[in-house]
Amino acid sequence: MSLKKHILDLRKRKEQVQKGGGDKAIEKQAAMGKMTARERILALVDKDSFTEYDLFVEHTARDFGMDKKQLHGDGVIIGTGTIYGAPICIFAQDFTVAGGSLGLMHARKITKIMDHALKMRVPLIGINDSGGARIQEGVNSLAGYGEIFYRNTLASGVIPQLSVILGPCAGGAVYSPALTDFVFVVENISKMFITGPGVIESVLGEKISMEDLGGARVHAETTGNAHFFSNSEAECFEQIKKLITFIPWNNSKKAKAFPPKPPKFKGKIEDIIPSDPKTPYDVRDVIKAIVDDSDFFEIQELWAANIVIGFGRLNGETVGFVANQPMVLAGVLDCDSSDKAARFIRFCDAFNVPIITLEDMPGYLPGVDQEHAGVIRHGAKVLYAYSEATVPKVTVILRKAYGGGYIAMNSRHLGADFMFAWPMAEIAVMGPEGAANIIFKKDIDEAEDKDAMRAIKVEEYKEKFANPYVAAAKGYIDSVIEPSETRALLLHAIEVSAGKDDHRPAKKHGIPPF
Amino acid sequence: MSTQKTEGLVDFAILSMKYKTKLTKKFENRIKYEAPNPNHILSYIPGTICEVFVKEGQSLKEGESLLILEAMKMRNQITMPHDGKVVSIKVSQGDRIPKNHLMVVIE
Repeated sequence: MSLKKHILDLRKRKEQVQKGGGDKAIEKQAAMGKMTARERILALVDKDSFTEYDLFVEHTARDFGMDKKQLHGDGVIIGTGTIYGAPICIFAQDFTVAGGSLGLMHARKITKIMDHALKMRVPLIGINDSGGARIQEGVNSLAGYGEIFYRNTLASGVIPQLSVILGPCAGGAVYSPALTDFVFVVENISKMFITGPGVIESVLGEKISMEDLGGARVHAETTGNAHFFSNSEAECFEQIKKLITFIPWNNSKKAKAFPPKPPKFKGKIEDIIPSDPKTPYDVRDVIKAIVDDSDFFEIQELWAANIVIGFGRLNGETVGFVANQPMVLAGVLDCDSSDKAARFIRFCDAFNVPIITLEDMPGYLPGVDQEHAGVIRHGAKVLYAYSEATVPKVTVILRKAYGGGYIAMNSRHLGADFMFAWPMAEIAVMGPEGAANIIFKKDIDEAEDKDAMRAIKVEEYKEKFANPYVAAAKGYIDSVIEPSETRALLLHAIEVSAGKDDHRPAKKHGIPPF
Repeated sequence: MSTQKTEGLVDFAILSMKYKTKLTKKFENRIKYEAPNPNHILSYIPGTICEVFVKEGQSLKEGESLLILEAMKMRNQITMPHDGKVVSIKVSQGDRIPKNHLMVVIE
């Protein structure tokens, strides 16, 4: 063959394999409202930046007539590309090829790109759309899953790992996304569960639709397995791209700095917050009044909404926000909100993102269900995560900081670098009513008009203790600040802590209360 | 949520303070705690009733077998927690029951 013929032959081979499962299967995929694996990758990465590996890999199964079957690319596409210039490794399961089922070579392709991502220290994005294990390959497909989980774990905290659920992801397959840092789901397309509706009905007699069992909304709202929810694949890809701009390539780098921008918010920040500590407001409005361009990128918006987490920029640099949300459940800490905050704090710490905590919380959620669900164990995760974190840690107490909540929300005592409090902050062991009832019990009981005496004593307690100055007098608060100074002081805090070098005792690893 | 700032606000008590706030679906759907009745034998796992060994009115010793609840391919013996009498049997052979389903009332 002449050189030209060789090249033509290569092109022909490529064209054939790139069709995946063929026209019919592609039509079926489109009928389900889904893009093909190749379309997805090309929609996500920068134009002309995708380079595919292992296009010609073939499966090795010999049983059940598999030796006569050709599965193009073995049902998965892997490669490298860039997103806004940031290098990434990516794999996308191809549902048009044998339902994206995972066999040995399919898994080997995935682990190859994972190894590559870890070696090159670049983010990994996995697009999941698979019917599950390839039954014909038996224990080999189980081996494949295990090898993927192992690499997810090794890469955890070294490179950011993103999982995108664009189809079914069931049984063992769910655990790779669960081990990664961010999970993206799309309404009507994503389905995640360990055992499907069929098995549940036959074993337990419980009838449930696939959507209600493990649809996108369930994981975004109820289970907390998903971090980002969207209504279309296109919207999902925009979320992924935006996230990539906020996070570093790996744990030895900082996120890329952007040109600084002032917030778009033009009002007075103190007007957002009602002075009565019992009246709610949306803490996200406070964050937007502080961050560059008022651009706050919220994570897990729909789950455990009593705490708000997400990224923003201060003077062009990425910071992570953890904020109590008085608008939902009064901003209490409970099992779910503790899990949500703790995991995010650990992500920020692993990837050199300073943490800003905005505090306005009445304490922990009372209730038998909470106690029995292990709020002690879950709440401890927040203490652990804050204490362990060595990135710059700044707290602003906006209004209430009562009891255990005061300690948990990145207090000085857990290693905060900067503690600011607004002048209306109430830092106390509990709310004034509760405290007065205990401390002045005798006075109140002995008074003729108990309610009047209680009111007097509550006022007395408020006057003396429901303020930031008792804590400031001990140095637990560094500065009591005017709300309008908040952004300037946060910029300053981030600036002066750029060289922060804090160490923890050498150990193999800690044992957080998982 | 920011479009409807005051909709759905309720009073929410934490210790002695009452706050105005919204509730989550999960919070509203939480199961209220009820103290367990020691005379109610509930299923601790969903499954199928394979065999029932006892009759209503029968007196039994602690540890004697009441029935077999098959779940996850295991035949689980359900036994008397203490000496007593079977008051009523709420399940029969072949029933498929969920978790925490009342199977037998004893005294």
